[in-house]
Amino acid sequence: MGRPIRFLLDGEVRELPDDTDPTLTVLNLLRYHLRRTGTKEGCAEGDCGACTVALGELADGCVRVRAVNACILFAPMLDGRALFTVESLGREGALHPVQEAMVHRHASQCGFCTPGFVMSLHAARRGGEVLDRAGLADALAGNLCRCTGYGPILDAGLDTCLDTGRSGGDADDAALTGTLEAIRPAEMLVLDHRGRRFLAPRSADELAAALADNPEATLLAGGTDVGLWVTKQHRMLETVISLNEAADLARIDDLGHCVRIGAGVRYADAEPVLTALHPAFGELLRRLGGRQVRNLGTVCGNIANGSPIGDMPPALIAAGATLALRQGEARREIPLEAFFLAYGKQDLRPGEFVEAVIVRKPPGGRIFHLAKLSKRFEQDISAVCLGLSVGLAGGRVTDARVAFGGMAAIPKRAGAFEAALAGRPWTEAGVEPALEALSQDFRPISDMRASAAYRLEAARNLVRRAVLESAGAARLHDLRPVSA
Amino acid sequence: MADSGAAPTRAVHAAIGHDSAPRHVSGEALYIDDIPEPPGLLHLAVGRSDRAHARIVGLDLSAVRAAPGVVAVLTPTDVPGRNDISPFAGDDPLFAGDEAMFHGQPLFCVAAESLPKARAAAALAVVEYEDLPALLEAEAAVDAGSLIEPTQTMRLGDARAAIAAAPRRTSGRLRIGGQEHFYLEGQVALVIPGEGQDLHVWTSTQHPTETQHILARVLGCPDAAVTVEVRRMGGGFGGKETQSVQWAAMAALAARLTRRPAKIRLDRDDDMVMTGKRHDFVTDWTVGYDADGRLRGAAFEMASRCGFSADLSHAINDRAMFHADNAYAAPTAEIVSHRARTHTVSNTAFRGFGGPQGMMGIERALDAVALDLGRDPLDVRLANLYGVAGDLTPYGQRVTDAVAHELMTELAEDCGYRARREAVRAWNAGGSHLKRGLALTPVKFGISFTTTHLNQAGALVHVYTDGSIHLNHGGTEMGQGLNIKVAQVAADAFQVPLGSVRITSTRTDKVPNTSATAASSGSDLNGMAALDACEQIKARLAAWAREAFGHAPVFAPDGVRVGHERLSFRDFVNRAWMARISLSAAGFYRTPDIHYDRATHTGRPFYYYAYGAACSEVAVDTLTGESRVLRADILHDAGRSLNPAIDLGQIEGGFIQGLGWLTTEELVFDDRGRLRTHAPSTYKIPTAGDRPPVFNIAIWDRGENREDTIHRSKAVGEPPLMLAISAFCALTDAVASVGGHRVMPDLDAPATPERILAAVADVRRRVGA
Repeated sequence: MGRPIRFLLDGEVRELPDDTDPTLTVLNLLRYHLRRTGTKEGCAEGDCGACTVALGELADGCVRVRAVNACILFAPMLDGRALFTVESLGREGALHPVQEAMVHRHASQCGFCTPGFVMSLHAARRGGEVLDRAGLADALAGNLCRCTGYGPILDAGLDTCLDTGRSGGDADDAALTGTLEAIRPAEMLVLDHRGRRFLAPRSADELAAALADNPEATLLAGGTDVGLWVTKQHRMLETVISLNEAADLARIDDLGHCVRIGAGVRYADAEPVLTALHPAFGELLRRLGGRQVRNLGTVCGNIANGSPIGDMPPALIAAGATLALRQGEARREIPLEAFFLAYGKQDLRPGEFVEAVIVRKPPGGRIFHLAKLSKRFEQDISAVCLGLSVGLAGGRVTDARVAFGGMAAIPKRAGAFEAALAGRPWTEAGVEPALEALSQDFRPISDMRASAAYRLEAARNLVRRAVLESAGAARLHDLRPVSA
Repeated sequence: MADSGAAPTRAVHAAIGHDSAPRHVSGEALYIDDIPEPPGLLHLAVGRSDRAHARIVGLDLSAVRAAPGVVAVLTPTDVPGRNDISPFAGDDPLFAGDEAMFHGQPLFCVAAESLPKARAAAALAVVEYEDLPALLEAEAAVDAGSLIEPTQTMRLGDARAAIAAAPRRTSGRLRIGGQEHFYLEGQVALVIPGEGQDLHVWTSTQHPTETQHILARVLGCPDAAVTVEVRRMGGGFGGKETQSVQWAAMAALAARLTRRPAKIRLDRDDDMVMTGKRHDFVTDWTVGYDADGRLRGAAFEMASRCGFSADLSHAINDRAMFHADNAYAAPTAEIVSHRARTHTVSNTAFRGFGGPQGMMGIERALDAVALDLGRDPLDVRLANLYGVAGDLTPYGQRVTDAVAHELMTELAEDCGYRARREAVRAWNAGGSHLKRGLALTPVKFGISFTTTHLNQAGALVHVYTDGSIHLNHGGTEMGQGLNIKVAQVAADAFQVPLGSVRITSTRTDKVPNTSATAASSGSDLNGMAALDACEQIKARLAAWAREAFGHAPVFAPDGVRVGHERLSFRDFVNRAWMARISLSAAGFYRTPDIHYDRATHTGRPFYYYAYGAACSEVAVDTLTGESRVLRADILHDAGRSLNPAIDLGQIEGGFIQGLGWLTTEELVFDDRGRLRTHAPSTYKIPTAGDRPPVFNIAIWDRGENREDTIHRSKAVGEPPLMLAISAFCALTDAVASVGGHRVMPDLDAPATPERILAAVADVRRRVGA
């Protein structure tokens, strides 16, 4: 006990006492404690981006600056990191190039979302990204604007992020690396706020021990789900154990025939690795949350929270992933699909945690296909999500792994459909007789995202579309307008 | 006012950026929650009904009162004046009393030392309900005779007879969803009590005057005791015209009762549950027409879900009726409007104010006419336009400024409509599961508040002796660029640099008795009022100068010329002050020539019309119902634009907002009347990726207002939203291609993947495929 949270704000060391409320959000810290009101609250759930700030941290000895949502980021997660807000960039009369470009392009109207857009663009630029219009739409998918229609903002992004435009980035990085090294925590962060505790173990071993001692604790990774328990459900979390400081959990290991993605690996870091396994992962990940969410949220968290509508489980189940679970020193490995028992109930023992997910590299010659249906293409939660992996021999299905999200109370394999598909030609006509089996596998519900009838019909059609696309059919999002 | 001889350096008609832009991008622009919190500030949280319709038989607030940090709990009995925050109807309680009328209705409010304490305390209330039958949908309410006012009818000739006698007829039903405003800054107000009954109120509202009057009514004090101030809103879109008042009233009541400052700021979910939205409509349409697709008669029967109270629903539904014709002259018309009182949140103003819903019916009808006749829908539309087919509206106003035909033909040419129509047809003839659609539609939008007396505005202009100018007017800034436009008018009037004009916050103690900043009227009304103030000062200066110098002054960018003398503006006004000339004026404007008889639904409600045209090309995936706008082209008439940069922003932003309304934005209420889409996780407004990848927008270079508006500009706030109807029609076109355009799809709005897939399946079934 007894050391403060130590972080950098505008490059200067700031401290928060060891009795800081563990679930104080960075947004509230900024607005109501530090009176930096440029960062706005639009939704307090990580969906609108008005609260976007940039977070810098050391990774493999290099500094990495990324856009995150301050509204669902807990203040203790700043420990050892560097925080930048819109106030860090420039003031009226001495604006930052991104701010200048936004003014020049008439990219603000009411102005409330504007600081968030500035920070998203700044973070992308600071990270050395070269962004065209499509890349910008992706970088800004987590920022909502209700006034402009986005064109001027995209233009400002092109002005500042299309050329290399990384003014003094390397020098900035070197300086920041030095300061971050200087505040690198020497000991585990432990907070106690009137009995409500926050622990941040520094290794998987420490974490396993802490969880064994506190089996009722809330395990915190990126906080893109747990954050909402606080901001939306107003839950009081008694003990929070953060896995964000366990360096060995943040690793991605290439094991030859598979990759092992640790519990602390953010979507953003998993994205290139998974995309290298199959491009379909990249497309799915780009539609999971906004950039800010992917910069904090973890692949394993998407599994561990047991949601029936997470996008990672169906994709990873189709890929034949397994889950590494750990309870103290005891370890076990189970097929990913076996983890999900019932709604809100996972195969997880007291004090046990998801240590990693192990994803097999898809063997050649298989059809691997992921699809997601939602009302909005970007940054929406799936009505239906499909993961499909089909082995073929002589044009016929030898074996199939097909999993759906949004179709049941858990992410679930389509056992009857897989069996029905075996031996059938992988053609429109060939798969048709097997599709009816999906209604044996699933009795989806109707909710605000889609009706049961739509879900079932769309599930069948997603398989039909997988057949068409594997034969080279055009995809909606690749279409260009006709020429005059 | 003469407007000839415009010099190229004029402040008006120039593309000038938003005055707050540098402060927006730096985070220095202050919104209400950014104002430093005064000592002793109380934070408010609202306790609300979790039933759609119930008698409240018990409300036990003892645990709320006893909760840590609670200073006051406010209920109907604590209201010293009237427990009513309605704009006029008297049916909108600040807190529900004996009866809860919608799920989410405020029952009480807690004032505590911190926001978390207030929220925690509010959750401790024990409410006992006795459920009553709830009418949730418009049709059910209409069937039950539950209306906010009697059904209204507008007639031109005998449409039913004309339709019956027409060579061909077609009809259908269109359901049109509502829309959440999703202003990024939620509802918020801060109230600081002064001496006696005085209150100073900072609130995010489009209607400071109404806020002032209603707060005085709730508190039982004179209007003059309440000062309401608005510097800027983080978005409004109609959602802060009446819906902002309730929260300001709660904060005012807390401040009055505790003598402490009080702030209320709604969380996003609370905001979406407790505030009204765009009305959803069900429209039955019937048209009769000849073999060339020319309308003989058009009949529309609309029902809208108004919610539990009247709010502005009378005028909103009136505007839906006024726009049932959109830009088309039907020789006979019948427009019937049912305004359903339902046990849902009271629906309210939203950009377009019923106009968008009104237009949807005739656009669907004309697509159906074209499909029936095998004609290109563009040709059917062109043949029926005002200026081509007639000039008399169903409400008796003659359309004398019709330019839709010019806009549409110019746009069709510019965007290659005819060739692209062929290319779309060719694509759809191929076997792909992806189908394309194309549509080019017009917008004609009536400008003026249809409640005639609201068409008035005031402004206050002070010229200081250093030549700087303090500008104040009754309009509010919500991002639309009103302040910069009015500043341009003032700078132009005195021929001073724009930087000399100081934009200040809107306050009820500077300009009283104003109308809401609404109906796209902001710059029309306030620009004219500001100009009147400037002209009054200039007239005094001129009278003095003629006396003092023997010449009338000429205001020019390089100073004031008086005879052979040239003075700087500063020296000139300083000398006037020395001569004891008043340099301050209150300006006023009322729109001329408009009148309307609501009893007969006839008159000239609109001073003029604003026009636009848009062409959208879309693609749909017929396996999933997913869709995408691939290209949009817009040609919009802003008259002689006061500020093309600002106006382009309104056009693009309006189109995308309209696109969201018609595609991704879906309000889902469950069978208990609970809104299930109450946060951005479930309610999806467009993102940057939804912007059409090819998007060409132009302000019509021949645009000019025939009426004597401020520098011959046209209002631009609302009309562009309805340009997005082109995308909805294009989606319908794509779905129709599935059946070879042999049957008209029953695609409802919003065109979510589920609705598109259902429409595709229905078309297939009907053509027997």
